[in-house]
Amino acid sequence: MAISVKVMERPEPEETSYLRAALSGMALTFKHLVNPVKVTQQYPEEQTDLHPRWRGTHRMEVHADGRPKCVACGLCPTVCPANCIRLVGGEDDQGNRYPIVYEIDEFRCIFCGMCQEVCPVEAIHVGRHFENAEYTRDRFVYDLDRLMEQEHPTTLLWDPSDPRSE
Amino acid sequence: MEPISGVPAIVAMVAKVVGLFTILLLVVAYATLAERRISAWIQDRSGPNRVGPFGLLQPIADGIKNFLKEETLPATANRLFFVLAPMITITPALVVFAVIPVAAPLATPWGVVDMIVADVPIGILYVLALSSLGVYGLVLGGWASNNKYAFLGGLRASAQMVSYEVALGLSLIPVLMLVGNVTLTEMVWQQQQLGIWFALPLSLAFILFLISAFAESNRLPFDMPEAESELVTGYHTEYSSMKFSQYMIAEFGHMVTASALMATLFLGGWDLPGSWDNAFWYQGQLIRGFAEDGSVLLADAAWWKTLVTFGAFGVKTLFFLLVYIWVRWTLPRFRYDQVMALGWKVMLPTGLGYAMLMAVTILALDTMGVAYGFTYGLVLTGVSGLATLAFLFFIDRGHTIAGAAALNRQRAHAARHARGDNPAGDGQVVLPSAVGD
Repeated sequence: MAISVKVMERPEPEETSYLRAALSGMALTFKHLVNPVKVTQQYPEEQTDLHPRWRGTHRMEVHADGRPKCVACGLCPTVCPANCIRLVGGEDDQGNRYPIVYEIDEFRCIFCGMCQEVCPVEAIHVGRHFENAEYTRDRFVYDLDRLMEQEHPTTLLWDPSDPRSE
Repeated sequence: MEPISGVPAIVAMVAKVVGLFTILLLVVAYATLAERRISAWIQDRSGPNRVGPFGLLQPIADGIKNFLKEETLPATANRLFFVLAPMITITPALVVFAVIPVAAPLATPWGVVDMIVADVPIGILYVLALSSLGVYGLVLGGWASNNKYAFLGGLRASAQMVSYEVALGLSLIPVLMLVGNVTLTEMVWQQQQLGIWFALPLSLAFILFLISAFAESNRLPFDMPEAESELVTGYHTEYSSMKFSQYMIAEFGHMVTASALMATLFLGGWDLPGSWDNAFWYQGQLIRGFAEDGSVLLADAAWWKTLVTFGAFGVKTLFFLLVYIWVRWTLPRFRYDQVMALGWKVMLPTGLGYAMLMAVTILALDTMGVAYGFTYGLVLTGVSGLATLAFLFFIDRGHTIAGAAALNRQRAHAARHARGDNPAGDGQVVLPSAVGD
């Protein structure tokens, strides 16, 4: 099948006037000059509303007494496709398991959110947050204390009955 | 009302030089901000608004940044001319302002001070001579950089400036014929006497001057020497730091000077409607006009008149500055051959024809004994209006910048040529690129 080509209808040179066309163009730009369409978001002053299922950097939920909710079951480092979670579990006198080391390398993380999905005690979460600037690279490996300090809202898990989170 | 003399005159002169130079540089600095803000608004953006309230400290931040940038000197550049070129460019851009009257004469206890740095008798000739010196800086900078893009930019600058200098000069001839003098103070005075600013009685000259001034200051749509999309940044490709900044200051300085010149030549300079602010030195007296019997009407200078007329001059100049920026962000850049064709095939003949028409009209009016005044101006306005309409509706039909419309004709011609219908020896040249589609 032949490719269809649209031939633009061009006016004959005798029918055009550069000066008049330029003036009509200037009228158009003047309209925008005095009455601009406001599309710019003044970012630091105006914040974006993040989607409820936005997946950003992690936070660890804590108990009322300040202990992490994590039970060091080892599911999240197992499921993590980027292999960015380092977990060393321990057990206290009562036989409760807890994380001795819990580190997430946010540079390796691909923010898939599978750690949050797999967590049986709803301890690790990805968050609705994106302002992560740091001065050094090693600050991007979040340790347990850092994860527990985070306060941003956590991500809503996907609900099959409400696939678009509406 | 005596003109100022002696020591106070020297003090006044120094004050004028320092004051005007400061204002000029300030306007240049803020023109860069205005350009960025206005371009942003035209494109529905915000523009720089972070440094200071509404971004008003942005020019200062830019200045500091430019001072702290590394100064580069290409190893293969011609060191002497490379360093010299920005200076050659910036000097004429800043000194041309000296002959432009900025306000009505100021009355002081020591005498009346003319609000012009140098009321030289050659006036407009000084402006033309110096403003065309600026091109040497561009050409030298482009050549001394030893960079092919810079070199092409310099070449284009020279070709363009020389071409449009002709049209610029021709568009000034009607003004000079009407004024009968070349000093800019006299031009303001004659517009006061005529009662109509020259933008109307000499409308076509105004349009031609406006277009040529755009080309002379290398602003879009005529910024062939820079042409970012083709030549990196043209003649100042190799420049950095304050040397680059000097080129930018020169470009904006040219813009401000050209705006002030257009305001003076065609919008009455510092004049405001009515004869209350008229002032001109005539046989040692400051007059505002002539009575019916030929005796002079004395003007009295006052500080508030100076202030108000300076404001008027400022508003007119800033208006043209706005037009510069406005046009830049509306029109795309011309092709190089279009620029040359417009300069030589349209502007030059139109300028010549219009100068002839005005010469005939002025001669006829003088022969018929019409007094120089409002009627005189009205007749000129009518004749010029007709010439302007003719320019807009006949000459501008496909002859100036035809753009894509000209392509049809080129193709049709090429097709005819390919079929062999082309009568031999009609002098038509068909570009190889136009054949075959």
